[in-house]
Amino acid sequence: MNETAAVSLQGGAPSAAHNPFPILELIGLNKAFGEQLVLDSIDLKVRPGELVCVIGPSGSGKSTMLRCCNRLEEPSGGQVIVDGTDLMDRQTSIDRMRQKIGMVFQQFNLYPHYSALGNVALALRLVKKLSRSRAESLAFDALSRVGLADRAGHYPHQLSGGQQQRVGIARAIALDPKIVLFDEPTSALDPELVGSVLEVMRELRDIGMTMLVVTHEMAFARAVADRVVFMADGNIVEQGPPEQIFQAPLHERTRAFVEQRH
Amino acid sequence: MENFADQFFNLDLMWQSLPLLMKGLWVTLQICVVVIILGGLGGLLLAVASDSKSAWLRWPTIIYVDFFRAVPPLVLLIFVYSGMPFAGVNLSPYMAVILAFLLNNSAYYSEVYRAGLQSIPPGQVEASRSTGMSRLQTMVWVVIPQAVRNVLPDLLSNTVEVVKLTSLASVVSLGDLLYRADMARSMSYNSSPIVLAALVYLVLLWPLVRMVSRFERKQHQ
Amino acid sequence: MDGLQHFLQVFFDPVIISHYWPAIVGGLWVTLGLAVAIVIAGILSGLLLACLRCAGIRWLNGLIIAFADIWRALPPLVVILILYFGLPGVGITFSAWMVLFLTLSLVLAAFSEEIFWAGIRAVDRGQWEAARACGMRSITVLIWIVLPQAMRMAMPSLTNRSIAITKMTALGTVIGVPEILYQASSAQSFSGSATPLTMGALAYIAMFLPFVILGRWLESRMNWRRT
Repeated sequence: MNETAAVSLQGGAPSAAHNPFPILELIGLNKAFGEQLVLDSIDLKVRPGELVCVIGPSGSGKSTMLRCCNRLEEPSGGQVIVDGTDLMDRQTSIDRMRQKIGMVFQQFNLYPHYSALGNVALALRLVKKLSRSRAESLAFDALSRVGLADRAGHYPHQLSGGQQQRVGIARAIALDPKIVLFDEPTSALDPELVGSVLEVMRELRDIGMTMLVVTHEMAFARAVADRVVFMADGNIVEQGPPEQIFQAPLHERTRAFVEQRH
Repeated sequence: MENFADQFFNLDLMWQSLPLLMKGLWVTLQICVVVIILGGLGGLLLAVASDSKSAWLRWPTIIYVDFFRAVPPLVLLIFVYSGMPFAGVNLSPYMAVILAFLLNNSAYYSEVYRAGLQSIPPGQVEASRSTGMSRLQTMVWVVIPQAVRNVLPDLLSNTVEVVKLTSLASVVSLGDLLYRADMARSMSYNSSPIVLAALVYLVLLWPLVRMVSRFERKQHQ
Repeated sequence: MDGLQHFLQVFFDPVIISHYWPAIVGGLWVTLGLAVAIVIAGILSGLLLACLRCAGIRWLNGLIIAFADIWRALPPLVVILILYFGLPGVGITFSAWMVLFLTLSLVLAAFSEEIFWAGIRAVDRGQWEAARACGMRSITVLIWIVLPQAMRMAMPSLTNRSIAITKMTALGTVIGVPEILYQASSAQSFSGSATPLTMGALAYIAMFLPFVILGRWLESRMNWRRT
């Protein structure tokens, strides 16, 4: 474990170098479903501006770890620290903290009774208590950033899967979060629609958004990630820059997984 | 408080009226069995007709169903029991109750079955017909079994409604459970017999109501 | 031809119709008023109970489930007789109108609670998660995200159930609420003609048929295209 941590420090993103304080830090995170331990004392740091991809076989606990980061899944033990605040602390208002943590879902989870604009604006109105017009203008900006300004009035069922997921991303970034969590954002998409979503994520990275991405898109992780985390059986087996993980993995399990995926 | 217990839960009176109520329960159950079986079958036929391609079959059944869903069962019962004799048709209370409830309930059952029939994807019929089965065979062996399974909770909840409906028979003096209980009430000036009848209905129907909720939960998962 | 004339004379006697027309119309207003009051009170309390059930408080949910079960299992006529004839014996007297209104509102509340609850449960879990992840409180998610979708799913069953229960206002006859059936059957015994009963039935048709058709239409356009 120490070894991999050292590697990751060296290989961190350039932007991370001058700001050592992590936006997100998991310390000894445990999660058990009944008897079964699905996360076994996970430690992970994500620094400002970093794009971290989490890969690993299904059932390895990647999605559970991600969902623990905003307590959609209740951790069984350990600490989740976001922007210097411990989410597990009783004093912490989880609803307030969640404004700082955007989330993008595999199944999009758009609200079918609101237009694209309504989907993005709703939390701005209800959570940030902005006026309707202010919320809608911010929502429109967010939709423009994902290239859907011309679809603002469309309802979810009138949009393609790729467009729906981009609305999902707009909904997450509209609250101006410190970090965005992506839970297999392209897994539910037809292959020809994946590109547009990854493109939007790449652009977000370029403007310095901090992102933690659970994904099966190896090519994307390889090309865009600052750091790749390989998980198996509820543990982080290895983490490091993409070159290391994909070309010279230190662990046999990583090698086996990466080779099989190519 | 004591007054309350005596008015609604007079155990002696309940015990005394129990044999009378059991006689009534027997009548209630008889009506239930006839109405549930005949109404269920009639409803199924109506449903198949209202799902048919022929407008001559479809529209009359839809009008029938909507008509009887719009008329309160008690109105129907009183019409059959006190209106028909003016046209020279005299029915015993028993026959009047059965006729009125059948008209009413076949309409309700038909709506349940129709929803079931419409829940079966056309591919099922195509697959069955492609193996050489006739239209009737397809209906009986492929479509109806699946349709019934899909609407089991609604069928069950409709059956609960039939049992509750039979309490109306007391209005035309048929000796059902509620009629006997009300008789005991008016003789004793005490509501305990009706409370006992209510308890009998609860014992009879609570398990069914629970099952409806259980089924519905399963379907949503 | 004689048969038809006889039939019309019995069930559609014009003299009787013109004589009892005002009484039936009066009954229609009583039925309508009751129906509106029952639907509003019943559906609102059902909605409230379903929302309370979302809070997941164990003992409260037990009470709500018991309430819904009992009122769905009891025949309304039994309850009406207990309330109307039993309560005065312990010093509580409700008017016949009140007894009918209370009974049917409680029955509708029980049914609509179950319908709303089924609708709420049928909303995809991802909807809760997405909204919670934006920092919305549970109550906000319920009101803005879940209920609008649950209501839409509940509409057809709710319409049909409301019709079935408001139709039971005809039970008011038994305790003397001057609604349509009461007017029709007393007119029938005064006049010695079946015509008032026909008029009563037609009044119910006029009142309820539009809603039956509305329910049918709601059912047919139920499917909300989702991803």
